[in-house]
Amino acid sequence: MGDDTMTSAVRDKVIALIAEQAMLPVGDVRADASMADLGIDSLGLVESIFAIEEAFDISVPFNANEPSASDFDISTVASVVAGVEKLIAEQKG
Amino acid sequence: MRRVVITGQGTINALADTVAGTFEAFREGRCGIGPLEMRDVDRLAIQIGGQVKGYDPHAEFNRQEISLYDRFTQFTLHAAREAIGQSGLTFEGALAADSGVILGTSGGGLNTQDENYRAVYEEGKNRVHPFVVPKLMNNAATSHVSMRYNLKGPSFTVATACASSNHAMGQAFQFIRSGMATVMITGGSESMLCFGGVKAWEGLRVMSKDACRPFSANRNGMVQGEGAAIFVMEEYDHARKRGAEILAEVVGFAMTSDASDIVMPSRQGAARAMTGALRDARLNASDVGYINAHGTGTAANDKTECAAVSDAFGAHADDLMISSTKSMHGHVIGGTGAIELLACIMALREAVIAPTIGYEEPDPECALDVVPNEAREASVDTVLSNAFAFGGLNAVLALQAV
Repeated sequence: MGDDTMTSAVRDKVIALIAEQAMLPVGDVRADASMADLGIDSLGLVESIFAIEEAFDISVPFNANEPSASDFDISTVASVVAGVEKLIAEQKG
Repeated sequence: MRRVVITGQGTINALADTVAGTFEAFREGRCGIGPLEMRDVDRLAIQIGGQVKGYDPHAEFNRQEISLYDRFTQFTLHAAREAIGQSGLTFEGALAADSGVILGTSGGGLNTQDENYRAVYEEGKNRVHPFVVPKLMNNAATSHVSMRYNLKGPSFTVATACASSNHAMGQAFQFIRSGMATVMITGGSESMLCFGGVKAWEGLRVMSKDACRPFSANRNGMVQGEGAAIFVMEEYDHARKRGAEILAEVVGFAMTSDASDIVMPSRQGAARAMTGALRDARLNASDVGYINAHGTGTAANDKTECAAVSDAFGAHADDLMISSTKSMHGHVIGGTGAIELLACIMALREAVIAPTIGYEEPDPECALDVVPNEAREASVDTVLSNAFAFGGLNAVLALQAV
């Protein structure tokens, strides 16, 4: 499996998890959307991160009190995908 | 309506196993939060807490008692002994029938549950100790206090997460005020610092890994504590007639529900609880000199609570003191309101305001006098104690010096 294939598999899985949390069709989860755009509140965000950790067997550094303190960027769907890819590389590499 | 006073107080918490020791720690601004000591702590992401250390149950209870008392019940009985001992009351005849116990806890016998789930699930055992149920039930502590001190009146346990103790004490107050009871033993306890208890909290991503810094701009979450505080509430004339030492008067109580979110606090719900307590006590906002804050050290609570204080007190919000002692003893969940009421009584009786320690950076969204880092000598005669629970259930008590 080439890097591009793996990356797109990660992206597809993250988007599927976010879509499930947002109760939206996968096609409605745009890369530039924020969690708030998708109707995901703080509790939904924490649940999404848990789902990501479980799906990829990684640990995501995230404290709801200071969401910007870690370098896991939750500002958009694309940034979450990038963050997950980085964590997979660091923790599973 | 009858007046209600406090004639006894007792505690055990991360700071001390007596009220005097706790007051000393409050005065010194001492931190009781440190590394957790428990099985499998290395598997926890959060490894600090306000744990009661150096406590030996065998020094206080015999073998049969320990087989029936979860740690939260042990803490309760420890604190009840100090409180009832101070009150000088014994419960016999009509007084026993007219006196009861209302306590708060959230997790109840969580250590017992944790140990026994581990035994059957992890260790594969097919048999558990016969007393698991009477040990873990949330009302166990209430029942053991009633049994030990012969309290035969209205008794039950209240579970409203982080407001459990305040709801319990508010009920005890109302029972005496309305004539349903003469004396009530009240307060609360919690012992959630076991692997499962901390692991569950970790999941919510609101815990700090290093310190509880309420109202400080760099706060990063709550820190769990454990312990108990117990009070003897007594009808005023009854206390006066027997010449009891009166520690404080409970003058008002209010409770509200946010009806909005299961974890996020509400400015309006919190403000309504504070103004409700003032109204119940027939006080003006300007009478209040000190508020013991809920002050969990989370981003959400502290700014919401400060905004609610501004709403409830208007310009007077800038003149009163508000501190969070959770910075010292941790968040004792269902027992926290009881332990924090000690700081209120210390303010009224000793004219010392317990500080908010760990305060490092001002937060414009928490721009009140939070008594940062050092206790302050200040005479106050009216205080509030706030508790705002997950689930949006708020309970505020008002106390005055007598």
